[in-house]
Amino acid sequence: MGSAQSVPPEMRALAERTGFTSEQIEQLHRRFKQLNHNRKTIRKEDFDTIPDLEFNPIRARIVHAFFDKRNLRKAPAGLAEEINFEDFLTIMSYFRPIEMDMDEERLESFRKEKLKFLFHMYDADYDGIITLQEYKNVLDELMSGNPHLEKESLRAIAEGAMLEAASACMARTGPDEVYEGITFEDFLKVWKGIDIETKMHVRFLTMEAIAHCY
Amino acid sequence: MGAAALRALPWALLLLLGPLLPGQRLQADATRVSEPTWEQPWGEPGGITAAPLATAQEVHPLNKQHHNHSAEGHPKPRKAFPVLGIDYSHVRIPFEISLWILLACLMKMGFHVMSSVSKVVPESCLLIVVGLLVGGLIKAVGEKPPILKSDIFFLFLLPPIILDAGYFLPLRQFTENLGTILIFAVVGTLWNAFFLGGLMYAVCQIGGSGLNHIGLLANLLFGSIISAVDPVAVPAVFEEIHINELLHILVFGESLLNDAVTVVLYHLFEEFANFEQVTIIDMVLGFLSFFVASLGGVFVGVIYGLIAAFTSRFTSNIRVIEPLFVFLYSYMAYLSAEIFHLSGIMALIASGVVMRPYVEANISHKSHTTIKYFLKMWSSVSETLIFIFPGVSTVAGQHYWNWTFVISTLLFCLIARVLGVLVLTWFINKFRIVKLTPKDQFIIAYGGLRGAIAFSLCYLLDYEHFNMRDMFLTAIITVIFFTVFVQGMTIRPLVDLLAVKKKQETKRSINEEIHTQFLDHLLTGIEDICGHYGHHHWKDKLNRFNKKYVKKCLIAGERSKEPQLIAFYHKMEMKQAIELVESGGLGKIPSTISAVSIQNISPKTLPDSNALSALSKDKEDEIRKILRSNLQKTRQRLRSYNWHTLVADPYEDVWNQMLMKRQKMQQAELQLQNAYLTVPANRIDSPTMSRARIGSDPLAYEPKPDSENLPIITIDPASPQSPESMDLSNEVPKGCGGLPPSPEEDEEGLVMRPKEPSSPGTDDVFTPGTSDSPSSQRMLRCLSDPGPRQEPEEGEPFIPKGQ
Repeated sequence: MGSAQSVPPEMRALAERTGFTSEQIEQLHRRFKQLNHNRKTIRKEDFDTIPDLEFNPIRARIVHAFFDKRNLRKAPAGLAEEINFEDFLTIMSYFRPIEMDMDEERLESFRKEKLKFLFHMYDADYDGIITLQEYKNVLDELMSGNPHLEKESLRAIAEGAMLEAASACMARTGPDEVYEGITFEDFLKVWKGIDIETKMHVRFLTMEAIAHCY
Repeated sequence: MGAAALRALPWALLLLLGPLLPGQRLQADATRVSEPTWEQPWGEPGGITAAPLATAQEVHPLNKQHHNHSAEGHPKPRKAFPVLGIDYSHVRIPFEISLWILLACLMKMGFHVMSSVSKVVPESCLLIVVGLLVGGLIKAVGEKPPILKSDIFFLFLLPPIILDAGYFLPLRQFTENLGTILIFAVVGTLWNAFFLGGLMYAVCQIGGSGLNHIGLLANLLFGSIISAVDPVAVPAVFEEIHINELLHILVFGESLLNDAVTVVLYHLFEEFANFEQVTIIDMVLGFLSFFVASLGGVFVGVIYGLIAAFTSRFTSNIRVIEPLFVFLYSYMAYLSAEIFHLSGIMALIASGVVMRPYVEANISHKSHTTIKYFLKMWSSVSETLIFIFPGVSTVAGQHYWNWTFVISTLLFCLIARVLGVLVLTWFINKFRIVKLTPKDQFIIAYGGLRGAIAFSLCYLLDYEHFNMRDMFLTAIITVIFFTVFVQGMTIRPLVDLLAVKKKQETKRSINEEIHTQFLDHLLTGIEDICGHYGHHHWKDKLNRFNKKYVKKCLIAGERSKEPQLIAFYHKMEMKQAIELVESGGLGKIPSTISAVSIQNISPKTLPDSNALSALSKDKEDEIRKILRSNLQKTRQRLRSYNWHTLVADPYEDVWNQMLMKRQKMQQAELQLQNAYLTVPANRIDSPTMSRARIGSDPLAYEPKPDSENLPIITIDPASPQSPESMDLSNEVPKGCGGLPPSPEEDEEGLVMRPKEPSSPGTDDVFTPGTSDSPSSQRMLRCLSDPGPRQEPEEGEPFIPKGQ
């Protein structure tokens, strides 16, 4: 209601595309305006104004994911400079909870979309494969809150994890075949055991407690 | 053949029991000795003697008789010294208790032998049947079967089961579904109690002369007793059907948490029955007391849990009694809560949940295993006994069968449960993201089994105020039998029929752990961006608080800084190493990783075969010298262990060797190049292994004897993570979960955490090694890459090019 700008005419289209209800869109729009200080778009620096995000070890990756062109469905690679409200909604739509009335096909595609989002977060160099090095970087970031950790342990864990993934995905490997990295299909296999659609969601229903920015 | 013998055994035991009891008559010269024995040790005269009151009278003449007997003994004429005599009376009580427990265990064993039956019928049913049979047998012999006193049940049999449930509660799912569970537990139980009580009152009014005198309060009390889903029966049945985790935790959590409600309602109505009139104030107070009972119980549990965690911080020198602390503190929490009529079960669960993360970080691996197995053992025995006794008591107790009452109880129980679940689910689904489907609802409703708690609560009822106790008892027994037998037996085929999702049997892998943590952080971040203070936000805040303040107090030493992922990785590695040891040795790799090795995932690891050249002669000699000296030093150190410092140390020693072995072999196997020096393909016989073997001789640990014990220099130059490089830098094994040695990075290679001197006394798996002499440092450099190097460094040929 406070947003006299571009929301109402495109609302229906947005709602259809992203699947949010109009109330949710309005609430998100309010938040968007808070973040961008009444400009039209958000840049990376705007995310620094969120106080709670500081403690998050993978903060950089999350912000990065907002600007990732693959997630915005604009290009297969690259980073956008700034995003508008529509892009913001697109990213948020990855975190919608599933509805009970979804059929199998929709559920499957929904799940795949969420997993793709995750995959893009791991795969920083846009080549579609999570290599050992990228995996290690992820681990480094995850553990960045623990300065006492030795690098050795992280390396070992990364290697162990890759080995696991590799052995799950490759039936029989000769000693000279090289396993490049985890592709999206392998990634799907790893996540098969976990119900991603039930886990990866944020409640957009009640957002009374709007956190403040600086 | 063996099975038949096993089956015969319990019956043989029963036959033994029979003659033993009449045998008493000859000895003590008294009648009906069997039943006072159950009452005697615990049956203080004003206490809760649940058994028929008549027997109380008999105890006294018996005592007097004993006295007379002994008094008469004095003036007897002197007889010859008895070489062999029988004096059963003074071991009678422990003997009979042990016999019962033994019987219970033999029964359990018997069921598992008869696999065809146990597939259809859940164990609890079989046990009740056995109880019936045993009760019948004893009665047939002419004795009065022992009756389970409520004291024994609540003080000795119930706590192990609840502690087992609480300590191993899957906390993540529990907290995620806490709202739902609470609503089911509290509101559901209240609904059940009042609905049932009210309806039964109506029935009583209508039901004819036999029932008219039962008042509203009595009926409400009855309703409250029988409405509680049983924390013993539910896990017993649900464990066997392997249902998916969500449903399991919902029903299980409900059965645990509804104790608060039951306790309050029970005491409430019991007290009210003494009052002339119930005023509004009383009702308000009753309502308040619910909060007091539940929150108070939790509070007591948390206090004890924190104390236990704190205590465990200092137990590094006496590892042997660590499990005792866990058990005793929890039991004290339970008893303390019971003193104040608070919910003991909630105290027990709260203390288990609170102390677990900290205690597990502090105690040794062996203590952890001990705790786990003791809890499982005790809860198993308890559960068996709990199920046998209703059967026995059914045969023994006095019953009052009233068709109307019993049938209507049964009917309304079921109806109340179904209605309650339906209504509550409709309400809850508004707030849940993952809605509960009708299938789920059916299972939840169907899984509401009643059990022995209801039974024992009824026994506690006072005869004076509740003279219809026997009728209640009969009705309760009927409901219990029905739910356990009918529902228990049919739930398994129903689960299959409805194709309810089953539990996924996959083991938690390191990948899953990483992804889960990643997802947690991601969702927290998104919530922060949205500005929404949700579930993740608070969880994250709690974790941060925990890490910053609480862990520092309660976890000993450096472990407090260890992040969860690392701890998880260690545990996994430990497990795999143990598997390796148990499966017999060095030759095999756990199948999970067999097909792939490090070579495959890091293409840069392909070593350059041309760059290999032989180690120069003197380098070889130097290596040999150092290895030999290390070997001797370690041998001496290992011998210095004494009894108090636990034999576990060298064993864990060897485990760590195994861990490192495994990692090394992952890399060494499937490699293209062979070492220039001798490398037996499968059995890399490093001095570590031999050291372990020789050194641990005095402690009688026998690893695979299949290798020569003097160090053959088996260096694999193709991989910089050669087996030897890490061994040289430490004599005490490092508990680092099999990290491949990369000495270029740190001076020490494998240190997981800041260096700590390791003393023989500490049974700390994660003791880092001590840095060795400069010669070994040089050795390190020699065998691996020269100097520190940035990542990626694995796979570099260990002799740098150009040499």
